[in-house]
Amino acid sequence: MLAYIIRRVFQSLLVLLVVGLVAFSMFRFVGDPIDNMLGQERTQEDIDRLRATLGLDQPFPVQYAKFIVSAAQGNFGVSYRQGRPVATIIAERAPATLELAFVSGTLALVFGIGLGVFTAIRRNGIASNVIMSTSLIGVSLPTFLIGILLIYLFGVTLKWLPTFGRGDVVDLGWWSTGFLTASGLKALILPSITLGLYQMTLIMRLVRSEMLEVLRQDYIRFARARGLRERSVNFRHALKNTMVPVITVVGLQLGAIIAFAIITETVFQWPGVGLLFINAIQFVDIPVMAAYLMLISVMFVGINLIVDLLYFAIDPRLRIDGRHA
Amino acid sequence: MSMAPEPSRLAKMWDSDFAWQFRTSPVAIISAAVTLILVLSAVFAPLIAPYNPFDPGSLNLMNGFTPPSTPNQFTQDQFLLGTDDQGRDVFSTILYGMRISLFVGFSAVAFAMVLGITLGLVAGYVGGWTETFIMRIADVQLTFPSILVAMLITGVAKGFTPVEYRDSMAIIVLIVAIGLSDWVQFARVVRGSTLVEKNKEYVQAAKLIGRKPYFIMLKHILPNVLSPVLVIATISLALAIIAEATLSFLGVGAPPTQPSLGTLIRIGQGYLYSGEWWILLFPSITLLALALAVNLLGDWLRDALNPKLR
Repeated sequence: MLAYIIRRVFQSLLVLLVVGLVAFSMFRFVGDPIDNMLGQERTQEDIDRLRATLGLDQPFPVQYAKFIVSAAQGNFGVSYRQGRPVATIIAERAPATLELAFVSGTLALVFGIGLGVFTAIRRNGIASNVIMSTSLIGVSLPTFLIGILLIYLFGVTLKWLPTFGRGDVVDLGWWSTGFLTASGLKALILPSITLGLYQMTLIMRLVRSEMLEVLRQDYIRFARARGLRERSVNFRHALKNTMVPVITVVGLQLGAIIAFAIITETVFQWPGVGLLFINAIQFVDIPVMAAYLMLISVMFVGINLIVDLLYFAIDPRLRIDGRHA
Repeated sequence: MSMAPEPSRLAKMWDSDFAWQFRTSPVAIISAAVTLILVLSAVFAPLIAPYNPFDPGSLNLMNGFTPPSTPNQFTQDQFLLGTDDQGRDVFSTILYGMRISLFVGFSAVAFAMVLGITLGLVAGYVGGWTETFIMRIADVQLTFPSILVAMLITGVAKGFTPVEYRDSMAIIVLIVAIGLSDWVQFARVVRGSTLVEKNKEYVQAAKLIGRKPYFIMLKHILPNVLSPVLVIATISLALAIIAEATLSFLGVGAPPTQPSLGTLIRIGQGYLYSGEWWILLFPSITLLALALAVNLLGDWLRDALNPKLR
């Protein structure tokens, strides 16, 4: 068990170092920072001096190590486009993305599990069939088209909901929230549906198929024979045992939500980190790109590590196997 | 004694299990037909399209924003699906856009396939340290959503390309990015089948008579591991088309000079609020039809060819 954890942590760090290498090479090989910083009027001495001050005359591995150290401290330099520290810009943008991801994740989880259980219990009902066929369309529609469709329906035609931006936000020191104003909450509705729909369908289909599998087992039949109430059988006995694969998928989808937020944020002009990244790609703003690359990798590697470790916590069988192995 | 005449090759194919499954599945027939029509109209776009949207000489700015199938108020020209802001025929731009989408889609899948098959074969056949290395990379990459991988690669590639080549390289960058984000599936499946095949007698025999490893991999093992690859390739094609559309929609894919369906949707979204719905609607429907048809075809193919994969 301990050996497994150590190996997984080591592996995660290795991945991060490789991603760091990619991010660092972008800095190193795209353009010459000296060119950007010194104007036309420069002497070779100026160049050499600046090169020495910035440490650019040092060998590649040394520079790389320095980059990793400052990246680990959250220092990614200054955005080419905005002229401000990247860390500040990302910190400004993060609340928007995190709030959006939180709301859509909650939506996906609540409706996904609810509808999954519902369609599994009423397997042959009309409502279940309608839900299942609708979910197929939901899976095959590209995210951005869902967003545009929602904008057209609720924004342009019905004029019920705002279609871009976050509405009014309240500043709570280092965190700006849209949860506290009516317009902020209204602005959250369409983007979070767009972002959460795919994940919801995925969770629903997974819960449904797992539930169907579990409901067939003997212990469920036995629980029924003992005269337990239907509710208790379905939720206490059946649902609980479907949770292991669901937690894996939910964990991994958490990362996917952040990734797909890029698309949703672009469709709705949501001022989050994803939109920042897309703009950074368009304008080749390397510090921002590198920071996002590192940030998203840390997140994904972290989530995966946690999901793997959670297995041990949830499934006692794995613990026993681990001890024997 | 009379012998029944040998059935022709065509008749044999018609009678085969595969063909029977195709004939009796309406979903397969419809999705194959839609795919075929769309691919053919993309290939023959220069012949079918009434205008060449990239020839500035054929454009008339007066024709801008003509609604579908109604005469323009200034020039009385009619367009089947209307025109965009610059007076380009929407129908023609869709045909040409579909060419880009399909070209990128097919090339990306081909790239992913070659890369994935090669690495999968090598990993499965050589084994040992090489296998661990390749499959570790695959595992790590699998934890990232492929659209994110494609986006990151596009970003990195854009960073590395000099400014003056960025537009002309955009399509190649797209192909490489989508291809690299998708090779893992192929590698995993091919490695799995290779592991099974390499212990069979015919491979042992080939080894015994002194065939070189690359020869055994290419001529003996490869043909036997290809059928699941075909299924994955079809499903990958649908995903690649959507990935390309997504990247182009976000403005980091096909450049405006070579618009794909995603670029057209991006442009169309700008007119959503001002009422020119046709600029957005028709490319979106085309993309949907294309992605859905290829997807359904892939699903059907998976069930028909290899029930074990389900």
